[in-house]
Amino acid sequence: MLTMKSEILWMIIGMGLVTYIPRMLPFVLFKGKELPPFIQGVLKNVPYATLGALIFPAILLLQKDDIWYGIAGAAAAFAAAFLGANVIIVVLGSITVLALYSYFL
Amino acid sequence: MSEVAIGKESSEFKKGLQAGISIGIGYFPIALTFGLLAKTTGLSIYESVLMSMIVFAGASQYISLSLIAYGTGIVEIVLTTFIVNIRHFLMSTTLNEKCEDDTLGNKMLYSFGITDETFSVAATKDGTATTGFMLGLNLLAYSSWVIFTGVGHLIGASLPQTLQESMGIALYAMFVGLLVPSLKKSSKVLFLAVLAAIFNSIFTLGGVMAQGWSIVVSTILSAVLMELIEMVKAKHWGVNDEK
Repeated sequence: MLTMKSEILWMIIGMGLVTYIPRMLPFVLFKGKELPPFIQGVLKNVPYATLGALIFPAILLLQKDDIWYGIAGAAAAFAAAFLGANVIIVVLGSITVLALYSYFL
Repeated sequence: MSEVAIGKESSEFKKGLQAGISIGIGYFPIALTFGLLAKTTGLSIYESVLMSMIVFAGASQYISLSLIAYGTGIVEIVLTTFIVNIRHFLMSTTLNEKCEDDTLGNKMLYSFGITDETFSVAATKDGTATTGFMLGLNLLAYSSWVIFTGVGHLIGASLPQTLQESMGIALYAMFVGLLVPSLKKSSKVLFLAVLAAIFNSIFTLGGVMAQGWSIVVSTILSAVLMELIEMVKAKHWGVNDEK
């Protein structure tokens, strides 16, 4: 095979397996819609809670030594999204605001 | 008849690709940096690209590099990967309720591509997530991740620092862009997101648990708490503002 250390190859295969199994298992275990109503209700809440946890506190810590950098980026993203901008515009707009921030400050 | 079905399937696939563009942009700087770091850690370009192709999970791939640099053994690296990525179980369980009924084979195929980002896009989308949509979405995200890993290793340099830093906001901005439209419509969504944000901040900043666990625990706590509140409200006041 390619010049690959077999140790690294086994590591990659192992990492791939333990990552794929949790991703795939729910589709095998559950058919969907058969869980108790309470659990289904909880699962409906999951996306919004996940988004809250994915955004905070990480967005504020983009630059560990300058919290205003993260605050500026977060403010730009929330402002654009509140004005109804589409997701790609929110993304590109926030990048632009932060590029200007580093350039001028 | 079958032509109509194929037409619908391919337009769903296209919609998935379109929905994946912001993820593709967001992965670009992270994958590029991963390729570069993998090179400096001593992985060959084949090893780096193969890791992105087989694992396809950003945080755990970064962690594996620092563990390799420390000289950590394979078993510990694989175990750490498992712990970091176990949160996808919750995401897949959630998506399974929203995805179109299909063969197990198809579901097993696109489940490979479920990440924080593809999950967020699919879970907040209006209506059912069809197989075509899931495949398009995941394929775009996957291609960006794999291709730019290779490019990063190949050119062996990252973007100009200012651009690299400002692009670091991309995925968070995308999460904000996905959350806000629902948040404007429902105070329940606002409450869920704020609650999970507070829990996660306390857990990670307070050093209570590692990030991988913290996201799962914060999510479950908030989602269960909200559901209990709704139940009590419905029981005592006969109120039910579930949409």
